[in-house]
Amino acid sequence: MKPPRFEYHAPSTVEEACALLASLEDAKVLAGGQSLMPLLNFRLARPSHLVDINRVGGLDRIYERDGGVAVQALARQAAVEDSELVARACPLLSAAVRLVAHRVIRNRGTVCGSIAHSDPASELPAVLLALGGHVVARSKRGERRIEAGELFAGVFETSIAPDELLVEAWFPKSPKPFAILEESRRHGDFALAGVVRAGDRLALFGVAPTPVLAGAKDPARGLQPSGDLEATPEFRLHLVRVLTDKAFAA
Amino acid sequence: MKVNGFAHPAPSDPRRLLSDHLRHDLGLTGTHVGCEHGVCGCCTVLLDGAPVRSCLMLAVQAEGHDVTTIEGLAPGGSQLHPVQQAFHECHGLQCGFCTPGFVMSVVGLLAQHPHPTEEQVDEGIAGNLCRCTGYASIRRAVTRAAVLLAPLTPDPSPLGGEGANPADRSSSGGEGAGTSP
Repeated sequence: MKPPRFEYHAPSTVEEACALLASLEDAKVLAGGQSLMPLLNFRLARPSHLVDINRVGGLDRIYERDGGVAVQALARQAAVEDSELVARACPLLSAAVRLVAHRVIRNRGTVCGSIAHSDPASELPAVLLALGGHVVARSKRGERRIEAGELFAGVFETSIAPDELLVEAWFPKSPKPFAILEESRRHGDFALAGVVRAGDRLALFGVAPTPVLAGAKDPARGLQPSGDLEATPEFRLHLVRVLTDKAFAA
Repeated sequence: MKVNGFAHPAPSDPRRLLSDHLRHDLGLTGTHVGCEHGVCGCCTVLLDGAPVRSCLMLAVQAEGHDVTTIEGLAPGGSQLHPVQQAFHECHGLQCGFCTPGFVMSVVGLLAQHPHPTEEQVDEGIAGNLCRCTGYASIRRAVTRAAVLLAPLTPDPSPLGGEGANPADRSSSGGEGAGTSP
């Protein structure tokens, strides 16, 4: 098993990366690679160009901004997990990142990569949505802020344009109480269903093409999750109800 | 890139996976290849000291970094590395296919938590699959490895104990994952 042919680019600045994304047809950004590399290995993704941002300097910071935490594109999930700043300002993010795969994967995987990849069953997009955070996208055209509510467009789809680079995700300070609960077959697997509580707000993941906001009273209302070998739609709805009750029991 | 302390040129084909580069180009077949999508953990190696999946990295990405494979743990082969010794003593392997990946993950785990709790042991090996042992002997091996490593590790007062969280290293480039060239 080998990745398909692609042209490899390793820019050393954000400007260079944006110039490449603006000029290349069918390019994918490679950050931690923990989602993109499996897709390449399986040849489910066949981009003509890979823009590897791992050589871009100064893009791995985790810092306080506007009362919340900004996580730059190359900050590894393990660094976020160990960050005292994140633990203090956004403990919900600390808790959530521990549910992402395994430590060895988190040593390489990035928070921004998880968000840009936007797997419907992944934790971090739901956390961003529950908290009402945003991402910052940079391109040759300039910089823009995309609110979480405007970001997730479909399964593996976001409103980030092909010429844009997600340079930063911003998570507001987590309100109390908060909780992230999920059910998966094995530790570290993608969740069958999960819930994120941030104060009075509730976001669900694994039950729709994107993470969705829901009401705590009847969280499963209007949802039509898909079924597969691991869980039927009814079971996923059941999990959402049970996990929501648990999250709001605290 | 440096592999087990020796400098090697990166392969010319950018789509060469690090795992394939180690095995086919450098002849380091101790790194095993199982699922090639990051699930089984067989191909785990250390990148600048932190365990990573070599099947989920392009070899060209390791340029400028230090890679350690299972062959680099006990150079010369005269004496086993304490983690290897512990696996041997505790029967932490049967067929041995998963073992190099387990050993590299455990080296990383014990660097992070020199005195791991049971939960940390389970968490630390959760990303590696073994179809023979049933994991009980591997868990014992991790605990034993921590004991064997303890006298070799200088008392890591600022970073070590579970009460003392590692300092916030976020601004200096992430958790040993080698983000800067």
